[in-house]
Amino acid sequence: MAEYAANGEMPEVLFWVGCAGSFDQRAQRITKAFATILDKVGVKFAILGKEEMCTGDPARRAGNEFLFQMMAYNNIQTMNMYGIQKIVTACPHCFNILKNEYPALGGNYEVIHHTTFLQQLINDGRVRLKEAGGFKGKKITYHDSCYLGRANNIYEAPRAVLEALDVELVEMKRCRTNGLCCGAGGAQMFKEEEAGDTRVNWDRTAEAVETGAKVIAANCPFCTTMLVDGVKKQEKEDDIAVLDIAEMVAQSLAD
Amino acid sequence: MHLIQQIFFIICAGVAIYLFAKKVGSIRRNILLGRDEDLNDNPGARWKNMTLLALGQKKMFKKPVPALLHIAVYVGFIIINAEVAEIILDGILGKHRLFAPFLGPVYGYLIGFFEILAVLVLVSCAIFLIRRNILHVRRLWMKELNGWPKSDANYILITEIVLMSLLLTMNAADQILQARGVEHYLATSPFWVSSHLTGLFDGMSTGALIALERTCWWLHIVGILAFLNYLPYSKHFHIILAFPNAYYTRLIPQGEMKNMKDIQNEVLYMMQPELAPPPAEGAPAQHRFGAKDVQDLSWKNLLDAYSCTECGRCTSSCPANLTGKALSPRKIMMDTRDRLEEVGRNIDKNKEFQDDGKSLVHDYITVEELRACTTCNACVEACPVGIEPLSIINQLRRYLVMEESNSPQEWNLMFSNIENNMAPWKFSPDERDRWAEEMGAS
Repeated sequence: MAEYAANGEMPEVLFWVGCAGSFDQRAQRITKAFATILDKVGVKFAILGKEEMCTGDPARRAGNEFLFQMMAYNNIQTMNMYGIQKIVTACPHCFNILKNEYPALGGNYEVIHHTTFLQQLINDGRVRLKEAGGFKGKKITYHDSCYLGRANNIYEAPRAVLEALDVELVEMKRCRTNGLCCGAGGAQMFKEEEAGDTRVNWDRTAEAVETGAKVIAANCPFCTTMLVDGVKKQEKEDDIAVLDIAEMVAQSLAD
Repeated sequence: MHLIQQIFFIICAGVAIYLFAKKVGSIRRNILLGRDEDLNDNPGARWKNMTLLALGQKKMFKKPVPALLHIAVYVGFIIINAEVAEIILDGILGKHRLFAPFLGPVYGYLIGFFEILAVLVLVSCAIFLIRRNILHVRRLWMKELNGWPKSDANYILITEIVLMSLLLTMNAADQILQARGVEHYLATSPFWVSSHLTGLFDGMSTGALIALERTCWWLHIVGILAFLNYLPYSKHFHIILAFPNAYYTRLIPQGEMKNMKDIQNEVLYMMQPELAPPPAEGAPAQHRFGAKDVQDLSWKNLLDAYSCTECGRCTSSCPANLTGKALSPRKIMMDTRDRLEEVGRNIDKNKEFQDDGKSLVHDYITVEELRACTTCNACVEACPVGIEPLSIINQLRRYLVMEESNSPQEWNLMFSNIENNMAPWKFSPDERDRWAEEMGAS
């Protein structure tokens, strides 16, 4: 972003990468896939790079409002300084907090989740997909993340992208508004689960595996981690892939 | 004789309504112990929610079988109340079937229609009893319901069955008395259900039938007045509070957590001290961050607690509960109500609240329960009347972390990583865009 600003230019959109997308090895692949798509179709985008900080979501959900407010203050200062108008992010937690919770603190931006952005790019003909992509006719199930689904009522855009990939979408019993959490939200990602009979991600992955799908499609780096772990627990990692929708699109781009 | 009955009826009804109003008043006071929150914006959307959720029972239909049974009881309850209006007027004026002469044959059809509803209510309640006590539907058979909550549910269902049976017996006796041309028992067209029940009582003398009819009439109406007074002590109060609760339910996206303006300002003044207002004379004492007890919650959280009918749809969709954790969103609501009632009794006794050494956190809701929440909003989504257990959980968590510094070691680590490295993991902020460098290199 600093480079754009130095040249007096404004990118079409700011890609908010998020901490998982920046640091987590698995999530970096999602980040790279999404950036590849943007590059390929010629979307002028910027990242904040080293100036990006945690949105404060895990702190706020855990109850640490002070820390959240500090992070939000700094991020909003940075983004307002650059005059950011439009943000796309591949993390539904960042999406939710930037879209719904930053405005009260003076951060007003148009915020789009990357699955919605991809759907728009496909609809506008900017993203062109292979006629016979690798996912054509493949049995695929889609896991609704809580922060995209129930939190923000976005259920159709990711499914529309899967439809464009020509997959055979098999829904889990608990989907859309009834979707089961992967177990990572509310800062659970950063601590051991409380004592119980089983783990949330094991339960959810078992449901996904039961559909007979070869790919579990996700839209959130935390869900992806949890589902990958769940697939390993079932010793199915050679048969079933957990992929972010951006990775699926990146693999299916027409030349 | 008639006059004595009339006077007795008016006294019964008067006392019942007075007691009910008094209890409702104390519940209103309890709810208003909560923090202020302005929820009067966008009345159009609020009326729509009330119409769809409370009146239209939209979310109930996520589970079609109980939804149909519930709608039978609900519609029956509301429509049969039209007949209760007649019964009350009869009682006050010392008349019998006041509306019959005005409506002619239509009266018989109307009562017949009410009777069909009464049968539907009766059958539905019987099925509900079976689901609770024999089939042991999981969400209706969990340990948090042991004791009073289970009994409460059964008392409600049994009372409704008894009331409907009294209504049908009364009408059946009435029909025989009509046929025998007994004075006062004005002939109507046959009632659709009770006209088939007359065989049960045909052998009785006219005197015995009049006694039966009168007894049923009195038990039915006194039963209704007693039930009215039972409501505010019971989970069944939802039949009233579902409406305001759906009206005041959240309009903003479910994912949005409420901002804490005082903390926002504190951070702002820390970053830009020039904006801080000069310390005001006699500034109000600092209140607590987050919620420790019911008074720290918003009035809407407290209305939620009284509106909960303990159906357990929240708990049966909660990922933590489904995987055996201690958390149950329904229990959060039940605990909030129980504690609020306790605080209310404390105020009744001492004029104002005297510290009883207890609080909602710890004494009612444990830290383990609060820690298990994934903030997934499944409980909020599931609630047919717009209750938000997550809102209470979030506020209690804020109290634990900010006032008690009570958080697991891993969270403390996460906090310090965010503070020092601007990310919840221990990575150097300089590495944040390494992925981009790697891409650029390839």
